[in-house]
Amino acid sequence: MSILLTHWNYFLVIVLMMLGFYAVIARGNMVKKMVGLNIFQTSVFMLYISMGKVGEGTAPILTGEAGTVYSNPLPHVLILTAIVVGVATTAVGYALIIRIQESFGSIEDNELIEMLDDAAEDGAS
Amino acid sequence: MMQHLPVLQVLAPLMAAPFAALLRWRHMAWGLAMLATGAAFVISLALFVQVSANGTIVYDLGGWPAPIGIVYVIDAANAVVLPVISFIGFIATLAARHLVAREIDRRDHALFYSAWLLTLAGMLGQVTTGDAFNIFVFLEISSLSAYALVAMGAGRDRRALPAAFNYLILGTVGATFYVIGIGLLYMQTGTLNLADLANRVPQLGATLPAYTALAFIALGLFLKMALFPLHFWLVPAYGYAPSAVSALMAATATKVSVYVLIRLIFGVFGADFPSLADGFGMLVITLGLVGAFVGTLAAIVETDLKKLFAQSSIAQLGYMAIGIGLVTASGLTAAIIHLFNHALMKGALFLAIGVIAAQAGRATMGTIQGAGRQIPMTMTAVLFGGLALIGVPLTAGFISKLYLIRALIEVDFWLIAALVFISSALALAYIWKIVEAAWLSERPEGAPVLTESIGTWLPAWLLVLATLGFGIFAAPLVEAAMAAADIFFGGRP
Repeated sequence: MSILLTHWNYFLVIVLMMLGFYAVIARGNMVKKMVGLNIFQTSVFMLYISMGKVGEGTAPILTGEAGTVYSNPLPHVLILTAIVVGVATTAVGYALIIRIQESFGSIEDNELIEMLDDAAEDGAS
Repeated sequence: MMQHLPVLQVLAPLMAAPFAALLRWRHMAWGLAMLATGAAFVISLALFVQVSANGTIVYDLGGWPAPIGIVYVIDAANAVVLPVISFIGFIATLAARHLVAREIDRRDHALFYSAWLLTLAGMLGQVTTGDAFNIFVFLEISSLSAYALVAMGAGRDRRALPAAFNYLILGTVGATFYVIGIGLLYMQTGTLNLADLANRVPQLGATLPAYTALAFIALGLFLKMALFPLHFWLVPAYGYAPSAVSALMAATATKVSVYVLIRLIFGVFGADFPSLADGFGMLVITLGLVGAFVGTLAAIVETDLKKLFAQSSIAQLGYMAIGIGLVTASGLTAAIIHLFNHALMKGALFLAIGVIAAQAGRATMGTIQGAGRQIPMTMTAVLFGGLALIGVPLTAGFISKLYLIRALIEVDFWLIAALVFISSALALAYIWKIVEAAWLSERPEGAPVLTESIGTWLPAWLLVLATLGFGIFAAPLVEAAMAAADIFFGGRP
């Protein structure tokens, strides 16, 4: 039980991660897949951000006082980069969804699969 | 100038990319792409020469030395991989001129070349960098532009769009898994520098967090390198992408992920890491072997040539996985040789099929009926590429298979060696199907007339000649691959 209290951030991250990952796999709607992917990525951001916290540490801004304990800023900086990557991925993903909706009239996986089968027959004939 | 080559290797295509997007005139954008990829190729050769002569080069980005700054490290391992990637990038750009002119809307050419250069910059960056998180950033640079490039196939076949979307979902999941693994390593070691990680990770030993990190990193990279059973994104993505993109990606994208896997597994965890050889290695060999059969069998029943050779890539990646999974110096040598050779032959094959696909809309067993007489140079390139895939002597594919089977016999894996041989021989079935369609059947009446010129077949032939060259004069490549494997097995220089 005590591990839950001392490492609660990791359990939170794992729950979020699995929620997001489940949505990516189980949802047929592409927008919902993207939402799941975002939750999945966000959980990783939180993993990194929470690992940068140092017990009793303050924000990593120089105070000038000797003996101040600072949190580790490096994971935060890494995640700034990862957030940018995540935004770009989301943008490309939604742009593709818009194009798919325009040319197929649907963004549901199962409906698309049926249409792709038809298209394959068209192409072969 | 010479000491800045490691960073220029990546900067040449990276800096050219935005300019290519700004140039509204498509011929200029292509010319710029030629210049940038040509420069990247020359730089990679210069780096190879430097590394062979003087050993590992460490380049501090912005003058910040290792633990603080990001370093680029060129050693014997990536010095072999960089030239083949940049060479294929250059040749594919050469071919892109006629392929893109037929397949992509004129207004999009400048943007196409911009994404093209970005994906190449991302791949070169992953190979050059000596920082684990930097690998992720470059991985995403190359992947994001690759999703856009695949989606550009929608102008000819709308199925490129769902293919690109699935590629994006699985690619992002793979990259995120990799970041989770790197995060776990960082929590345990406090560093992201690959050389520092290589010193500290082996000391973690057989602990659960270390294994978890290994699992996440390996799983993420298995997805990116399309190792069976995580390969389902690859076939539609390469099948519906514009022909030039299929050629570039099939030849290089998965190989870069194989290289990153080698770098992380052998360069960070090390071959002596607990249960790496008997646990992880056995898993990778099994998946590789199943993949070799599944890919080959799927290729035999496939009628669309782009998808056929994409399926065969699954099989060929399986052979690389087997070499890696042996966790021996000779296994790794075989994997690196095959990585190099497969890039050349798949590049040749996809560029040659691209000539057909660009004219006929799709390259299928139907559209190549009797094409052997109409476009002999192109179809002969396909034939030579196919022979190399099977592993016929005098082609580079033979050298790959020879070293792989030798490495297997060295550790008494006779059964696996036999299965590798059988699955390679099975490749004959789909190559024969192509020979039968292209040479032994008559061209049906009313079928569109296919044409070729030196401009269209030359790029594919340059790669075919490289395949034959490395098949006959294999010694330099074998030596370079052995030197690369030595880095991971023979103590660090």
